Amino acid sequence: MFVTLLKEALRLTPIFLFGSTGETLTEKSGHLNLGTPGILCMGVAGGMVGISIYDLIFGGFPTNFGGALALFLIVVFMAMLFGALSGLLFSFFCVSLRCNQNVMGLAYTTFGIGFYGLVFNSFESQGKGIFYFNEFCYTINTLFMKDAEATNAFEKLFLANGGLWYMSFIIAIVVAIILKRTRVGLNIRAVGENAGSADAAGINVSKYRYLTTIIGSAISALGGLYYFVEINIGLLEFGKIDTYGWLAVALVIFTLWKTDLGVLGAFLFAFLFKLPEIYGLPSAEFNMLFLYLPYFITILVLLATSIFDRKAGQAPGNLGITYFREER
Amino acid sequence: MDKKLAIQLKNISKTFGKVKANSNVSLDLYEGEILSLLGENGSGKTSLMNVLAGIYTPDSGSILLNGEKITITSPKDAFSYRIGMIHQHFKLVDVFTATENVVVGLDNEDYKGFRRAAVQSEYEKFERIKAEGKEPTEDDVNNYKRLLKSTRGYNLKESAIRIKRICDKFGFVLDPNKRVCDMSVSEKQTLEIVKTLYRGVDILILDEPTAVLTPQEIDKLFDVLRNMREAGKSIIIITHKLNEVMEISDRITVLRKGELVGSVNKTETSIDELTEMMVGKKTELNIERSLPNGTQSLLEVKDLCVKNIVGTDILKNISFNLKEGEILGIAGISGNGQKELLEAIAGVDRISSGEVIYHRQKKDKPVSFYHKSLKEIKKLATEGAFHNKNNKRVSFEGKSNKEIKEMVNNGEVFFNDNETMSLKGKNPREIRELGIHLAFVPEDRLGMGLVGNMDINENMMLRSYRKGKGPFLNFKKPKDTAETIIHELEVATPSATTQVKKLSGGNVQKVLVGREIAYAPSVFMVAYPVRGLDINSSYTIYNLLNKQKEKGVGIIYVGEDLDVLLALADRILVLCNGEVSGIVDARKIDKRQLGALMLGNSL
Repeated sequence: MFVTLLKEALRLTPIFLFGSTGETLTEKSGHLNLGTPGILCMGVAGGMVGISIYDLIFGGFPTNFGGALALFLIVVFMAMLFGALSGLLFSFFCVSLRCNQNVMGLAYTTFGIGFYGLVFNSFESQGKGIFYFNEFCYTINTLFMKDAEATNAFEKLFLANGGLWYMSFIIAIVVAIILKRTRVGLNIRAVGENAGSADAAGINVSKYRYLTTIIGSAISALGGLYYFVEINIGLLEFGKIDTYGWLAVALVIFTLWKTDLGVLGAFLFAFLFKLPEIYGLPSAEFNMLFLYLPYFITILVLLATSIFDRKAGQAPGNLGITYFREER
Repeated sequence: MDKKLAIQLKNISKTFGKVKANSNVSLDLYEGEILSLLGENGSGKTSLMNVLAGIYTPDSGSILLNGEKITITSPKDAFSYRIGMIHQHFKLVDVFTATENVVVGLDNEDYKGFRRAAVQSEYEKFERIKAEGKEPTEDDVNNYKRLLKSTRGYNLKESAIRIKRICDKFGFVLDPNKRVCDMSVSEKQTLEIVKTLYRGVDILILDEPTAVLTPQEIDKLFDVLRNMREAGKSIIIITHKLNEVMEISDRITVLRKGELVGSVNKTETSIDELTEMMVGKKTELNIERSLPNGTQSLLEVKDLCVKNIVGTDILKNISFNLKEGEILGIAGISGNGQKELLEAIAGVDRISSGEVIYHRQKKDKPVSFYHKSLKEIKKLATEGAFHNKNNKRVSFEGKSNKEIKEMVNNGEVFFNDNETMSLKGKNPREIRELGIHLAFVPEDRLGMGLVGNMDINENMMLRSYRKGKGPFLNFKKPKDTAETIIHELEVATPSATTQVKKLSGGNVQKVLVGREIAYAPSVFMVAYPVRGLDINSSYTIYNLLNKQKEKGVGIIYVGEDLDVLLALADRILVLCNGEVSGIVDARKIDKRQLGALMLGNSL
């Protein structure tokens, strides 16, 4: 039973991890992109488009490993492209046009949720419904998976996963290293902490904000794709993906803007999410209360950091503030 | 003296909206000299230097380096021409360590160059030591080895060592691993200087570097600057402190109202001459000034002290009094405590010691429930504080509350005397309701007092929203006030429902000052009300103030323009370093004497 719980929690982890890694990268440069739930939805849309592109080019399901790999790469590319375009749009509005970041982000969330429904419906009307996507997603899913051969708990937990699962952890660690240990990371952090200082130090604030937001959004979009491909295997449940998106935003705060901590945080969120489902709690009300826990512990962490360490554990200093050099 | 030119600015102009920050300013800087850029606040010193540092792009004019025209469009460009600027508000990232702050923004090429230079200088050091016939220390050898080994561009440890070297060379004390948020102001400034030196600047600009330092720290800073001058670097200091100018600089360039007044060598000038260059020759203004008509004292300030967050004194033992029907001008170079003084009286800043006493002119005026509760009125009546129409003492003995209320509301009860009360410990709203109003026009105009996104009506309501019955706002009165102000002050606006931020600067100021006057103050404090206004709008404001004065309102006027202060005020209080350096009769003093007081000299 416990192994099942762990397995389920681990399976859910990458959604939060992708979402929060991308959002952390974005926020580190000072962009508060509340469009993350929408971007996750865009990832799903990108996945669907990617699958149909493969279908158009190769005509049908992949039959060998090479074909499956091509499918995987096309789908990942399209999801990241959709995410990147979202980030580009956000940056254009908030850097070039100096719009309010909160408004833009929230508007984008609403837009994204509507958009992926639209994409799905238009595919469905062409006769490409759930079963169509299911087959493709299954192929992608089993590409790197050794589920059938898994004998012990370790293999079940860590080897029986799809390619995106591994990617989420690798990306989170790589982003953490970039932010912490490289010059680019230092510059990103400087832009997010104090754009005026960064500018005076010779950093191109606009360039950094554009790039981090675009790359961050591309990473976040993979969270949606992961959910679509590896968890639901081509099935769409409306109203769920954006919930995960908000949890990813909460996770950014919970992990104090550190993507390496995000690995643990995402697992904890997933664990709490799956606990009542697997063990079965006495009542529906209690279940609801349990699902609230991730938000609750995020608030606790915020409280704790504001009491104990006023500077280091806080949000980037210029988070949510658009920068204009000649402002007087 | 044939020194080499380091950089030349030619006919630089820069405007912000309608405000001319610089017009046709030219400036030469030679190698190995310290140039002071002198001028009052708002004279365009910082704007001009921001142009050189790549923060602002000039509207016209050119920058010449070695006779060649260069364009600087970003701070990075400035660094590539070896120009560095230390801003008045430090450009540091609080959560970063000193080292991180120094290296942030450098790219790979920079690192390679630095490494090459570092290896070179280490090598030369060994050669030098060998020539002297000594052995290098183990530390030196280890450092050298580490330098040679490090191939990565980004290496904080290596950078920290380099920072230490720079500190040793120029005599700084700095811990490379300390976070900026744990640093004192002078440490932050040191870090800013090290940051520019690390990037290898030849031209260093410092914007009011001494404003935040103690005298000892200033001495240390000046020593460092002299060291840098010896090393052949050119330095520009922006300041308005004349004694420092005379102490440190080789040449002085003076700006006034965005225009170049002239450049002089220090040895050929005097403080007097510089003062005149700064404040300009006397110009005649025709402001109608009546004699003060009252004698009653409205406001008494006694030994007022205010400390800032860090605990240093901003205001020290300020004492003065304000009579009804007079304009008390406050002069002083910006940042000498004017703002704090007004805010302390208005209850915004906390008073650390001293007293502000307000004499409410209530003699023979009817009592109302506006300021006093029934309980207070009853208590005062037993003390015999009231009289009736026939000058008989009023006593409420044997009367019911209802009867008392009726008497008060019918205006049958009058005060015997003026009320005297301390403003210390009262909050801004309580003070405002006593009739003490503050209209402060900050540099960004909309920063205090008005809400840019709200329209004129709503901004009027900010002062009256507490009045009116029940939970609903009273829209009628603010609307009337807005209409009156727009009409009487000739505010150029499409309608009273136009957002304030869409109005031009002058009109915003009219709305702000007009609103405060509309609510009938008895003491009116106004700071920089004509900042950025054209002559006509300025006169509208002066006339407004004079009208209020004739009504018996006591006015405290903080202004930048000495000519206006001399023509408008009855008395002038001069502030210098948070202390009163003199209270003088505005009709009997001239500009030069005022300038001397502003610099802390006695007459």
